Amino acid sequence: MVKKALKGTYITLMYLFLYLPIFLLIVYSFNDSRYRGSWSGFTFRWYRELFQDRTIVAALYNTFTIALLAALIATVIGTVSAVAIHNMSPKAKVFFMNVTYLPVLNPDIVIGISLLALFVWMQLKLGFITLLLAHITFNIPYVILAVLPKLKQLNPHLEEAALDLGATPLQAFFKVILPEIMPGVITGALLAFTLSLDDFMVSFFTTGSGINTLSIKIYSMTKLGVSPKINALSALLFIGVIGLLGVLQARIRKIYD
Amino acid sequence: MKKVVSWIGIFLLCIALTACGSGKTNEQGYYNRLNVYNWGDYIDPQVLADFEEEYGIKINYENYANNEEMLAKIQAGGTDYDVIFPSEYMVEAMITQGLLQELDMANLSNFKNIGDQFKDLPYDPGNKYSVPYFWGTMGIIYNTKLVDEEIDSWDALWNPKYSRSIVMIDSARDTIGITLKKLGYSLNTRSIEELEKAKAELIRQKELVKAYEVDAYKDMMIAGEAAMALAWSGDAMLLLEENPDLAYVIPKEGTNLWFDAMAIPTTSKHKREAELFIDYMMRPEVAAKCAAYVMYATANVEAMKLLPEELTEDELAYPKGNIFEKGEVFIDLGEFTTEYDRVWTEIKAY
Amino acid sequence: MRKKWLAIPYALWALIFSVIPILLIAIYSFCSRSPYGNIVYTFTWDNYRRFLEPIYLNVLWRSVVLAVQSTIICFLLGYPMALLIARSDIKKRSLMILLFILPLWTNFLLRTYAWMVLLRDQGVINQFLIALGIIEEPLKLLYTNGAVLLGMVYNFLPFMVLPIYAVLSKLDHSLIEAAEDLGATSLEVFMKVIFPLSIPGVISGTIMVFMPAVSTFIISDLLGGGQTILLGNLIQNQFLVARNWQFGSSISIIMISMILVCMAIMGRYREEGGELW
Repeated sequence: MVKKALKGTYITLMYLFLYLPIFLLIVYSFNDSRYRGSWSGFTFRWYRELFQDRTIVAALYNTFTIALLAALIATVIGTVSAVAIHNMSPKAKVFFMNVTYLPVLNPDIVIGISLLALFVWMQLKLGFITLLLAHITFNIPYVILAVLPKLKQLNPHLEEAALDLGATPLQAFFKVILPEIMPGVITGALLAFTLSLDDFMVSFFTTGSGINTLSIKIYSMTKLGVSPKINALSALLFIGVIGLLGVLQARIRKIYD
Repeated sequence: MKKVVSWIGIFLLCIALTACGSGKTNEQGYYNRLNVYNWGDYIDPQVLADFEEEYGIKINYENYANNEEMLAKIQAGGTDYDVIFPSEYMVEAMITQGLLQELDMANLSNFKNIGDQFKDLPYDPGNKYSVPYFWGTMGIIYNTKLVDEEIDSWDALWNPKYSRSIVMIDSARDTIGITLKKLGYSLNTRSIEELEKAKAELIRQKELVKAYEVDAYKDMMIAGEAAMALAWSGDAMLLLEENPDLAYVIPKEGTNLWFDAMAIPTTSKHKREAELFIDYMMRPEVAAKCAAYVMYATANVEAMKLLPEELTEDELAYPKGNIFEKGEVFIDLGEFTTEYDRVWTEIKAY
Repeated sequence: MRKKWLAIPYALWALIFSVIPILLIAIYSFCSRSPYGNIVYTFTWDNYRRFLEPIYLNVLWRSVVLAVQSTIICFLLGYPMALLIARSDIKKRSLMILLFILPLWTNFLLRTYAWMVLLRDQGVINQFLIALGIIEEPLKLLYTNGAVLLGMVYNFLPFMVLPIYAVLSKLDHSLIEAAEDLGATSLEVFMKVIFPLSIPGVISGTIMVFMPAVSTFIISDLLGGGQTILLGNLIQNQFLVARNWQFGSSISIIMISMILVCMAIMGRYREEGGELW
């Protein structure tokens, strides 16, 4: 009994710790003052202004576009590569894993700087494409690292059986292997999406004229003060995500029941 | 599952198509895209929308947080910004490095609206490369409830009475600059000896400092959590409106006088449209809108006439008389900048 | 099966976007500098020699200490959480783990700003404590090393929980049951069965927390009030303010080398290949 209460308290405290700042962000999005120093009344003003501020809307759109595209492409490349790496000789495997770990281990700031150096050296115009390339680059390893363990758990005879029963290798992959490793693929994709969405450092260096993401927008506001419009935006985003999650959870429950 | 995947596919395709839309010439004969690179929140967004409507040119508006960051981006290449807003010493540095394009005054008819005292300044003789946008000073903003004496000197920032209640700006040139002023030196000094003295002063001050930063001090000043802070004039004006207990002073030792300008970097391939934009920004009603939004002092005298008098008559927002007697303008120090950087690192890592 | 050839696209990708950029940085770190920060391709050791000055070594030491501290705290806070999630009802599991990822969807800078509001002298925490009568004078919370540590723990905790959870949730339950049947107490089961099996997850988590912690600059700027310089601040400053790419590159290379050495040492304790989750 005591143990259970202790557990409950601990879990509650942990989630409180995680969500307290976010809750506060939402509260301050209704604050009439431009500053966070004082509470000067309730307002919807920032929400109104948010939708009139084209630059923020554009940044939001870019952020999601990049995150979605990067996550999708990285998931495809990462999953295929994971299958390939899984079938390699141990030596080649170690080599590939070390290369894969590079972007994971490399501090964001170094990834950003080094990619900027590369793009300039290649004389690529900085913008949407370079930003996307950069995001895919730091996303792929996480997908590989999420998919590999699932491949390891896979029964090696499963695929052989499918092939023996007359499936083409492609069919075997899509009908037998992919469904088995799907949880890993989804984890990888989700992680890639999350990392892209939250990234500041790498985007900061690899973006050029024409593309602004939310993080860069917020960072550049620091000199003149981050506008509560941004709070309003994150409040909306957060509520949207929670809503989506609610729907998903309801569906998951349905599946299990 | 399949349905979801195909929907995502369609969605992504749409995005890819819109993202690849490229610029071309519009009906008015202008190239229909302009890349503007400015400080964050340093323009009235309405002004951008009006420009787009009037000329049919879509503006890509992007932000940077400081001059050096902007320079790093332009220097690295790979960008095609058309209009930038560098500060005076950065204009000078960029001219030296050949990163700015010469302006064609024939296309800038509204340049006549700029006040004479802001024209032809040493950082860009004859305004060949830039036109002024905003200007201002640096000073001390303090809370009269927490500070019961009259403040008129930079020494106040070293007063142990306000230990852990003083906020300095997290920028090497600015914070070292006012320290040099306090010591009676030029804020453009190239003397290692003077710089080392300033360093010693700042290290001595460090235990009194609450933070080195540029944004959160505003919240702290309003809430009365900090007694005083080094501040730019425009920020100070905004803060005075929020909290009547606050006061702003330009210390007697003199201060930094700064100018932010508009210029066209060599990365621009559409100089004609860039000049069109700059000229538009110098229209009195446009400049006034921006000044009312940002609260810094506009260099546009015609625009000043459109602003509320209590603002333009305010000695602190718009210092009167010979402003160059009150403040010194930063000049680009070239290679010597590394010394400032070294000193700053040593102060912060102390 | 020639599946391994499927790795060719990725191999090319990794070569171009992971390996070559680092080589470029390595080259820059040996170059000289022109007055305006342009890169001059003449060989020099100066950029490395400069890092050996006490002031920079001091920065290195401070960063490592802070990163180690935050990693340990993340582990102590995160491990029980991962264990609890992994052992809870399967219906709840995905929700609980998603709730850990969700905060990452609000912007990193904004979350850090929110902590500033919480920690200020008249911030939410101080006002709460004063209202409860626990303290009379506001505590100095913001702009301390503790605040920086808190910011790191807050932002990087999910990266500790996720990999550990991944390993624990895959744990073969029959092993635990066998141990219990043989009369092991729950503490013994944990110490002798569960924890040793979860080591790969702990190592991944440690890496994923330590790395960003040692290289962050925003957290120390915002929550530390810019009063301490960390390795990340130093690099960022060289690239963006001081216009000294060469020195910035050399610091980056030193940092990567240190990390690779640590990895090699840890690698011995890792299963072949290694995995994150």
